Order: sequence, then C-alpha cells, then structure tokens
Amino acid sequence: MKEDKSRRSFLKNMALAAGSAIALSGCDMKALDHFLQKNFRTLSKAEVDEIITSLQLEYKNKYGKDFTVSAKPATDGILFGYALDLSRCIGCRKCVYACVEENNQSRGPQIHWIQVLQMEKEKGIDFADSDVHYNPEKVPEEGHFYLPVQCQQCRNPQCTTVCPVKATWQEPDGIVVVDYNWCIGCRYCMAACPYGARHFNWAEPSVPEDEMNTNVHYLGNRPRMKGVVEKCTFCIQRVREGRYPACVEVCPVGARKFGNLLDPESEIRYILENKRVLVLKQELNTQPKFYYFFGV
Amino acid sequence: MKLTQFPRSILPILSRGNRGYYAWLLFLLLIMVWGAGGYAKQLNHGLVTTNMRDSVSWAFYIGNFTFLVGIAAAAVMLVIPAYIYNWKPIKEIVIFGELLAICAVVMSIGFIVVDIGNPLRFWHMLPGIGTMNFPSSMLSWDFFVLLTYLCINLVVVIHLLHRIFIKKDYNKKLVLTLVFVSIPMAVAIHTVTAFLYNAIPARPFWNSALLAPRFLASAFCSGPAILLILFQLLRKFTRFEIKDEAIWTIAELMVYAMFIYLFFSVAELFKEFYSGTEHLLYWQYLLFGIGDNKELVPYSWASIIMGCIAFVLFLVPKTRKNFTTLNIGAVLIYASVYVEKGIALIIPGFTPDVLGQIYVYTPSMIEIRTAALIFSVGFLVFTFLVKIAIAIIFEDYRVEEPMPEQQQTLEKA
Repeated sequence: MKEDKSRRSFLKNMALAAGSAIALSGCDMKALDHFLQKNFRTLSKAEVDEIITSLQLEYKNKYGKDFTVSAKPATDGILFGYALDLSRCIGCRKCVYACVEENNQSRGPQIHWIQVLQMEKEKGIDFADSDVHYNPEKVPEEGHFYLPVQCQQCRNPQCTTVCPVKATWQEPDGIVVVDYNWCIGCRYCMAACPYGARHFNWAEPSVPEDEMNTNVHYLGNRPRMKGVVEKCTFCIQRVREGRYPACVEVCPVGARKFGNLLDPESEIRYILENKRVLVLKQELNTQPKFYYFFGV
Repeated sequence: MKLTQFPRSILPILSRGNRGYYAWLLFLLLIMVWGAGGYAKQLNHGLVTTNMRDSVSWAFYIGNFTFLVGIAAAAVMLVIPAYIYNWKPIKEIVIFGELLAICAVVMSIGFIVVDIGNPLRFWHMLPGIGTMNFPSSMLSWDFFVLLTYLCINLVVVIHLLHRIFIKKDYNKKLVLTLVFVSIPMAVAIHTVTAFLYNAIPARPFWNSALLAPRFLASAFCSGPAILLILFQLLRKFTRFEIKDEAIWTIAELMVYAMFIYLFFSVAELFKEFYSGTEHLLYWQYLLFGIGDNKELVPYSWASIIMGCIAFVLFLVPKTRKNFTTLNIGAVLIYASVYVEKGIALIIPGFTPDVLGQIYVYTPSMIEIRTAALIFSVGFLVFTFLVKIAIAIIFEDYRVEEPMPEQQQTLEKA
C-alpha cells in the first residue's frame, strides 16, 4: 500500500511538472514553434510559406522594416562558378565590407566571410607566411600579392559530409547553404573546412538597424541567431535573381568574375578555357568551383 | 513494483556516511555551484564567453571529451585481464570498471552538450525524431556508439547489483554476453572518437592513420591508472580482496600500453620531422612554439616528462612493486594523458589555422568553471554509485522491512 501511495504522488508530481512546462512554453509560442521546426529540406511548400510569412512579421516587429524573405530554389541548368584574377587584385578589401553589408554579417563580434591574405611574391601561395591583418597606408605593397579567400563552394564539400544533423548541404546550383534553424552549433564543419570559410556566431549577432539589408533569402543573408554557423553563399539572394554577388559588383579593379559554368558562352567558361587557372589546396580533393587565375 | 523497490531500498545508502563523506559531498556541491554559475553565463551570452574563436573552433571542452572517452574505454578493457588471469574478484572488477565507464561516458556527453551552440537543439541528433547524418558524419556515429555503450554498461551493473542485493545468482549468459559485447564497444567508442579527427584532411595534425591506435594505447595507460588506485582504496577500507600480484599485473599491462604509446608517438614524430613538410608546423607549435608563440610548450613537455617518469617507474620491477612509487606513477601517467588529450591534441590541430594565422588560445575562466561543473557532477555520480556498490557487495546491505511476499516464497522454494 505504501508503494502505491508513493507512486501516485510521483505520477501527480510528474503531471504537475509537465503541465507547468507546457504553461511556461505557452508564454512564448513563437519560441516553441522555432524549437520544433523541422529541417528545411523536409518541409512542404505550404510549411515553408507559413514560416516565411511569420519570419517577415517577426523581422518587421524586431527591426521596424519590411523584409522580403525569399526561398527561391535553384534553377535547372545553372551551376555557379567564380573566378578571381590574382594579377589584378590589389588587396583593398572593398569586397570584404560590401559582403558584410549585403549579407547582414554581425558587426560586433565582427564576422567576415571574405578574408584577404597578403602574401610575399617570392614565396608564392604560402599560407604559413601570409597575413590577414596587413595595414599599410596604401595597397598594393611592393613585393606582395593578395589572395582573397571565401567559401570555395566545393564540388566535394567536406563540411556537409561531417555535419551530424544535415543542417548544411549543397544545392543543385552548387551553392553550399546552412539551415540556421537546424544547426546545433557543434562546429564540426569549421574543423573540416580547409579554407576557413565557415564562421560561428559566438555571441548574439549585431547589425545596426539602418544598415540592415531587407532583401534576404532564407538560406542566405537573413538575420542569424547566436550559436549557429554561417558562410558565403555566392549571395544566393542576388544570384538566383540573375544578379552578380555583391563582391563582384564592388570590386574596383574588376578582378572578380562570376557566371554559369554550364553555359559555354559565359565569361567564366572563357576564363577556364583560356587562362592559367588554379584552385586552393587541390591535394585535398575538395574540387572548388572558385578558381584563381592570372588575367594578365 | 519490483522495479521501483530496488532503487527505493538502496537510496538510503547515500545518506549514510562519516564526516569525511559529507565533507566530500559539500566540497563537490560548492564546486558545482561555482561551475554552474559559469555555465549559466555561457548559456546567456553564448560561446563568446569561452576563448574559442573561428580560428580555434574546438578546444578545451572537446579535449576533455576525448580524454573521458578514453577513460570509459580503458575501464572496461580491464575486464579482459581479469578473465585471462582468472583473478578472483572478477565480478567486482567488472562492476567497478563499468561504474567508472558509466561516469566517464556521462561526463563526455556533458562536454559535448556544453560545447554546442544550441544545446536545446540536441534532439536534432536523435535517431527517429531528428535527422542524424548517418553514416557519413563521424559525430553522429560517435554519439550513437557512446549511447549504446552507456546502455550496455548500465544494464550489466544494475543487473549484477540487483542480483547480489536479492541474494540470487546473476544471469550468467546475459552478463557474459553483454560484457563481451562491451569490450569491443569500448574499443569502438575510442576508435570512432579518433576517426572524428583523423578523417578530416583539412587538419594535417590529426590526419594520421596512427591516431586511433595512439588513442587506444594512451587510454590504456590512463584508464587503469584510476582503477589501480581505486582497487587499493577498496582493499583497504572494504572486504574487497585483490592480491598484490593482480595489481602488479595491471601495472605490467600498463607498461606494455605505455611502450606502444611511446613507440607510436616516436613513429609519428619521425615521419613528421624527417620528411619535414609543411605539416611539421603543428608539431613545431606544440613542442617548440612558432616565433614568440610558445603557449603550448610548457604543457607538451610537462606531459612528455610526466609520461616518461611514469614509464620508468612502471618498467622497473622494484618501483612497480612498491606501492608508493607505483601510485606516484599512476598519478603521473594520468596527468600526462590528461594534458596530452585536453590541450596537446585539439589546440595544435587548429594552430596555425587553415589559412596559416596563429590565434593564441588558452581556456577562459568560464570554460574552466564549466569543466569543473561537469567533473564535479561526474565525481558525485561516481561517489554515489561506488557507495551503493560497496554497500551491496561488501557490507551485505539489506533493507529492514520484509520483502514482498512473492519473493519470500520464491526464496523458500
């Protein structure tokens, strides 16, 4: 009898605990919805639409601006490729800051999707002797060349293989994306990326309200939360609408080229066929779609 | 009813104890409160409260995780010699080995939980309700084998203790099968943990086929070191009977493990330094520092020196058979492997980073406090489990109140 009584009180306590948990979460249904949201790739069209409507509302409340959140999928017959002219790049880092603004990267703590490495001409591409914190009055500096590194959009991306929860994957148009609502923040992808192209939100990201870009893509530059990984998406919000990535547009010396690798008439194909081209860390078999070339 | 009766009747054991026991509990509690305060800050502000950054994106937590997986693996592998040499207290060795393994697994999972950016999303990794990236992600494998290993050990320990408690023979078939499954599982958890690092070509420091064998060898040094001391304590304070010879045999087996560990490390170093490719950079940072960046040098050499002293102490029969020097050796090898796994394994993998930049990492106070929280919880669980096991096995702990009728009749029959 004694046991029965204690079991009953145990059950009662459990019911109370469960009840209060539900009541607590009821205070913030939005948080609960976010918590329970499934992996982006398993959502139906209707569910995606619903999530996007609620996101637009949420952003409006939070930032006081109207956001266009796109979930536009890849177009058949397009595989994006990128080329960067090492003989032209002067290391001015305009691309870095255009990227920050376009993609709503956190200003504090600072996140840069593009890192420009200063290297010595004598040593060639030598990461060990490179410097990202170069700070002369004028660039380019004598005897140096510049190697901007961002996501290389590998054909064989190791970052997506290692993700324990499939929160990151390669889209049919070749762009590697992250579902910020599914990422658990284990940072295994950062350990696996040979290009340092993945960045973690160590704290709550901060973007000044008036600098917020409201033209966003669900898998790209929409506002992120703390504790998730983010990366360059070739400006998915732009390129899927037929525009150039922000870094291509802003480059003052025209060192950056972008286009469809499947289109034989594209500039990128011309470069691949007619210039001396190299990819970074070729020996790792990641097969980047980001090509460095010598234009002159 | 039988199910709830066992835990309910053994719980009173936990409140019995002398002053030393309560002082120890109080000490753990204080550490826990101090550590929880740190972790609360981390939860609140994010991982920015740690000193990890994009360049060094895994560090102290993951190092501790790796170390504890090794402890969990080695504790169970000690069951093999117990069977081979037919030591009398096999059952006890199995129980205490697995208790240690359980606590080590709990702590290692704890270190994963505190390391991830969104701990509430942990369910994304669970099979069935989440989307496990199985079989391609080594992390999901690791999680899976750790959970399985934890369950197997829990079943064995609970079954054995329950049986002793109700004065019945244990189910030999079940226990033997599970123990023999848990031994290869022990190898598996540490191997998979090594594969977690070793399979990524972006980090040349880890990208060596020797990593998994080295992990196992080093685990087989540090895991038994704890049990060696625990067995001596048990022998002194309880009716646990283990001969000196058995303890010396464990020490002798540890010498073999240390030798293999040493040999593997020399093989690794030879390949790196003789070929002298750019991969050397990471070993250079670890052992000598790069330029003015010598942060890891004291740790790496401390680990090497402690390991070598322990090796000599265990190797020479005279010091191996002297319990003072033996215990000094056990503490040294334990400390050596802890520093090696905790600091010298993960951080040089990230320094210099993939783009060649050096970010100097040392654990922040928040990381130390959070680690202290996990260790104190682990020690508390271990204290409780060992206390229960001792009471049941050696002190014939029984409950005063009469057993349920069903069982009484069974016993009469």
